[in-house]
Amino acid sequence: MQNAPIELDDRDRALLDGAEGAAMRLAMQVVLRAAEITRATRLQDIRFAHIDACFYNGQAHVDFARFMLDNGARLAVPAWTNASLVSRVDADIRPEKDDPVVVSGARLLMDLYEQLGCEPVWTCAPYQLPGRPGVGEHIVGSESNAVTFYNSVVGARTNKYGDYLDVCAALVGRVPYSGLHTDEGRRGRALVDVGAIPEDLRREDIFHHVLGHHLGRLAGSRVPVIRGLAHDSNEDQLKAISAAAAASGAVGLFHAVGVTPEAPDEASAFQGRAPEVTVRVTPAELVAARDALSTGTPGPLAMVAVGTPHFSFSEFARLVALVEGRRVHADTAFYASTSRHVYAQIAKQGWAEMLARAGVQVIVDTCTYFSPAVRGCRGRVMTNSAKWAYYAPGMLAVESVFGTLEECVESAVRGEVWRDARLWRDAAWGVRG
Amino acid sequence: MSGIDIVARVLNDGGARGEAMVLDEPLSFWGGFDAQTGTIVDQHHPQRGHCIAGRFLILPESRGSAGTPAGIAEAIRRGVGPVGIALGKPDVNVAVGAMVAGALYGVQVPVLLIDDAERARLRSGDRVQVAPGGRLRSDPPA
Repeated sequence: MQNAPIELDDRDRALLDGAEGAAMRLAMQVVLRAAEITRATRLQDIRFAHIDACFYNGQAHVDFARFMLDNGARLAVPAWTNASLVSRVDADIRPEKDDPVVVSGARLLMDLYEQLGCEPVWTCAPYQLPGRPGVGEHIVGSESNAVTFYNSVVGARTNKYGDYLDVCAALVGRVPYSGLHTDEGRRGRALVDVGAIPEDLRREDIFHHVLGHHLGRLAGSRVPVIRGLAHDSNEDQLKAISAAAAASGAVGLFHAVGVTPEAPDEASAFQGRAPEVTVRVTPAELVAARDALSTGTPGPLAMVAVGTPHFSFSEFARLVALVEGRRVHADTAFYASTSRHVYAQIAKQGWAEMLARAGVQVIVDTCTYFSPAVRGCRGRVMTNSAKWAYYAPGMLAVESVFGTLEECVESAVRGEVWRDARLWRDAAWGVRG
Repeated sequence: MSGIDIVARVLNDGGARGEAMVLDEPLSFWGGFDAQTGTIVDQHHPQRGHCIAGRFLILPESRGSAGTPAGIAEAIRRGVGPVGIALGKPDVNVAVGAMVAGALYGVQVPVLLIDDAERARLRSGDRVQVAPGGRLRSDPPA
C-alpha cells in the first residue's frame, strides 16, 4: 500500500517484533492493518473498550479467543462484554439440548473472555452502568447502538469496530486515529429539522424511535444534526434514536441541538461551517416511517418483547407502574431484556418479583432475538423498540407490531393488540387531513 | 473478447484463482450470510440463495455489522468461504476477517480494493486470477 507512514512508538514496534508474544503481535498487526486501510497516519490511545467478539457465531470466534489467551494476550484497558447469545444466569432461556454445539460454544466463548480479564457485563447498553467515559475520551465501541450512544450522547469518540479488531485494540490500547475519533469526522453535515412535527408529539418516546428509524434512512454517511428535538429528551429516548438510526442506516454519530454535548448550538455542531444538505422532516414521512415498523396487523398477541437495547432502570420504573396490579394474558408471553447489573438494581427494589408475579419474564445477558422461546415463537409480536421491529421479521418467523410501552402493556393484559387512538391519529403527528 | 488486467490496492495479500461472482449490493456476513454453508440468506439481497464457496467474490462493501469479520473467518475455516474478494470500498471488516483467518488457519484469502469502473467490467462467471501484490487478471468464461 502506498500510504503515508504511520507513526509508531517504541512499544508498538516491540509488539510487532513479538516482544510480548504471538497474541500481542497479531493484535498490533491487526490494528496497524486497520490504520493502513483507513489511511490513518497515527494511532490514538484509548481508555475503554466494549467488545462484540464475545458474541458467538461459530468456532472461529472460539479459536481466535483461545489463540489470544494461549499466546500471552493481556488487556491494556478495561474491556466490557456485549450481550451474548446465551444467558449465564438462566440456562432455561436457551437450553443446551436445543442446540448443543451453538450453546456450548457460546458458553465457552464467554468463559474465554472472562479469562482474558474482560468485565462480564454482557450488555448491549454498557452506558447504563456506572463508569462512563467522559466527553472527548477515545474508546472502542462495537455494538451499533452503543457506538452511536457513546458518540452522540456521552460525547466519547469511537468508530464502529468489528469483531477481532475490537479485541486487538483493547489489547494494544490503541486505535487508528481516523473517522469519528477526529474533529473533522465528527462535524455535522446534514441538518435535519423536525420543527414541522407537533411539539407535544416530539416529547413522546415513540417519536424518538420513529425519528431514529427515519434518520438512518435519510442520513447516508453524513453526520446528521437534529434541530427541534425536545431539550428535555431523556437518555432512554436518546437511546431509542441511537439504536434505530444505527439499525436502519449507518449512523454512528448524531448531534441534537441543545441536547447532545457537542451541539450546544447549531454553529458548534457544524463546527462553524454550513450544512451540506438540509432536510425538513414532514409529518407524512414520519407517519410512513412509523407504519413501516409494523409488519403485523391488529389481533391476538403471542408475545411482547421490550428491552432492545437492554432496558434501563428508569424504563423498568415505568414498566412497573404500568403493570402494577395487572396480569399478562395467559396466551401472551412478555419478555424484558436487560443487563445483570440493572437486574440487580430492580431486584433490590422488589420489582423483579413483582414483574414475575404479573407475568413479565426478565431476561439477562442476552436478547429476546436469541432465546428459543422467541425463536420458537410464531405469530404476532409487539415491541416498543424500533430496532427490534426493524430486525425481527427478517430474523424470526414473526410479524412485528410496533407501539408504545403503554400499548405493549395494555395489549399484553388483553392478549391482543390495543392501540392508543390519541397517538395513532395522523393529525397527532401533524398530518393535515 | 480479451481479458482485463487490474492492479488493485491490497487490503489483505494473497493469491487466488476462481470463478467470479458479482454481488449487486453490500452484504452483511453476520445475519445476511450463513457461514456454515457459504450461502447468502439476506431476504432482501438480490443474490439471496447463492453460494459463495470457492468463488472469487466481487461486491461494493460489507454491510455494517460488527459480526462480519467472524462470519468471513468462519466460512474460510469451514472451506465454504470465497477464494478471494474484491471490494469497492476500503472495508476494514472484510480485510480483518480474512487476515485473522490467515493467522488462525493458514489460508490466505486476498482482499483487494478496486474502483467502481473496474468493478463494473467484471462479470459473474469470469475466470479470475490474483497474484500476490494485487495483480488481478480476469478472462471471460472458457
